[in-house]
Amino acid sequence: MAALAFIETDEGVVKKSSLEAVSYAQAVDGEVTAIVFGAVDNIESIGAAGARKVLHVQDEKLAAPNIMAYSSAIANAMNQENSDLLVLAKSSLGDPVSARVAIKVDAALASNVSELPDTSGGYSVKKSIYTGKAFALTSLEGSKKIISIKKNAIAIKEDGGSAEVVSFSPSVNDADFTVTTTKTEKAEGDILLPEADIVVSGGRGLKGPENWGMVEDLAKVLGAATGCSKPVSDMDWRPHHEHVGQTGIKVSPSLYIAIGISGAIQHLAGVNSSKYILVINKDSEAPFFKAADYGVVGDAFDVVPKLTEAIKKAQG
Amino acid sequence: MKILVCITHVPDTTSRIAFTDGDTKFDKNGVQFIIGPYDDYALARAVELKEQSGGSITVLNVGEAETEPTIRKALAIGADDAVRVNGFPTDALFVAKQIEAVAKDGGYDLILMGRESIDFNGGQVHGMVGELLGIPSVSPVMTLDVDGNTAKITREIEGGKEYMEVPMPFVAGCQEPIAEWKIPNMRGIMSARTKPLEVKEPTGDAAKTNVKSYELPPAKEAVKLVEPDNMDELVNLLKNEAKVI
Repeated sequence: MAALAFIETDEGVVKKSSLEAVSYAQAVDGEVTAIVFGAVDNIESIGAAGARKVLHVQDEKLAAPNIMAYSSAIANAMNQENSDLLVLAKSSLGDPVSARVAIKVDAALASNVSELPDTSGGYSVKKSIYTGKAFALTSLEGSKKIISIKKNAIAIKEDGGSAEVVSFSPSVNDADFTVTTTKTEKAEGDILLPEADIVVSGGRGLKGPENWGMVEDLAKVLGAATGCSKPVSDMDWRPHHEHVGQTGIKVSPSLYIAIGISGAIQHLAGVNSSKYILVINKDSEAPFFKAADYGVVGDAFDVVPKLTEAIKKAQG
Repeated sequence: MKILVCITHVPDTTSRIAFTDGDTKFDKNGVQFIIGPYDDYALARAVELKEQSGGSITVLNVGEAETEPTIRKALAIGADDAVRVNGFPTDALFVAKQIEAVAKDGGYDLILMGRESIDFNGGQVHGMVGELLGIPSVSPVMTLDVDGNTAKITREIEGGKEYMEVPMPFVAGCQEPIAEWKIPNMRGIMSARTKPLEVKEPTGDAAKTNVKSYELPPAKEAVKLVEPDNMDELVNLLKNEAKVI
């Protein structure tokens, strides 16, 4: 038995969701090797999360994300390390990579997994389905398995120890490099929405993009990411990658704060696996209150700055 | 240009989700089924590409006979013909193997589908099909333009996007704003009735994952309301009760 965890980085920093993958693999298997690509500032965090070994791919050609080449490299690492389990965080890179690896190594793949597997009598996992509206207990067949986990599936270990870092030169093919990335555009320094422990989202109730300052101020004091509802992204008040909901980003933070969002079922689908939901809306009949843990019926323009101040005060 | 568009047959986004038979089957009672919203974007973009440069669109669904009205809708929107692989879509691998079997000798320049289905949300089928066919796969794709034998695409990443050039043929998992959904017109609906819909039997490939049972999330307790002028109390609840800040 040996597990491999695929680590993604953002601006050279290991993503929290990938550390969750390491801790998940450690909880399942004990013996975890991780694979990471390109320059990494905090490689020690991988050991602390529970890995014993880190395969560090330093080939310049593999520094930037590449679906096909990363798939080859990960399959190569699984074969070298005799890994019968690959764990990774569900993401825009993790989804296509895990699918290709599943074919390469002939593994059963389950994604959106929200808990540790049940190995009493077979091997089954709990997957979030219907955009968070239900779960499927799913059995995985065969000797090799890939588990793609949802944010908050497990707490990150911080005292797992240290990992031996070894350089890894995977075998890749020319065919893996036929797709070229000509440019990457990314908001720098922002907390990524799917990674955030707290998300603050605004809706049409905020009346216009010029009023987003108070959303950003609240997010800033909480170390939160900012999101928005579909109408807001459709009207170009905010970029599409902030759109939370059924056809946008699905989030499962510890706390989701919805400001001026009525709570259409398509929006709820993207947030209903949050641990806690706080709704601020002046309409006491807004359907979002039915899905909320905490609520404030009031004008966002009044409530949000007051909440930001109260948090600052509590933080001292 | 030959385009294959793979569609799912899924419950409407507003459906109430429930299960029957001891929580082992989805309860279809009162549920309206639609083309998967992401697949609908893929189909709409295929129709636009065909309008620009000609060619043909084949729509493919892996599903039992009940999915045919959904397939007819795709034909009404603008696909030329359809294939239904007559099998229950047990898991992503099973579906990907069926698509591979249809696509491998089909000479398709593009294989488009949604970034994920809205029932199982796996986002796996496009990558698996790409790997099975030995061609590139990209997802989630926000724009797709064809220029000779190459497509220029943008792919959404967390916090931004990547601009890519992808040699054809390839597989793309699509999402908004790649195209506007198309509503079938009367002419499309009439012509869809007579467009060819071929039914194929599935390959012998087995699924590698099987749903044993379903469950619903626990019911939420009633919301705790806090007065707008009592934000200290709200902070106290978030900090000491929920322990999230």
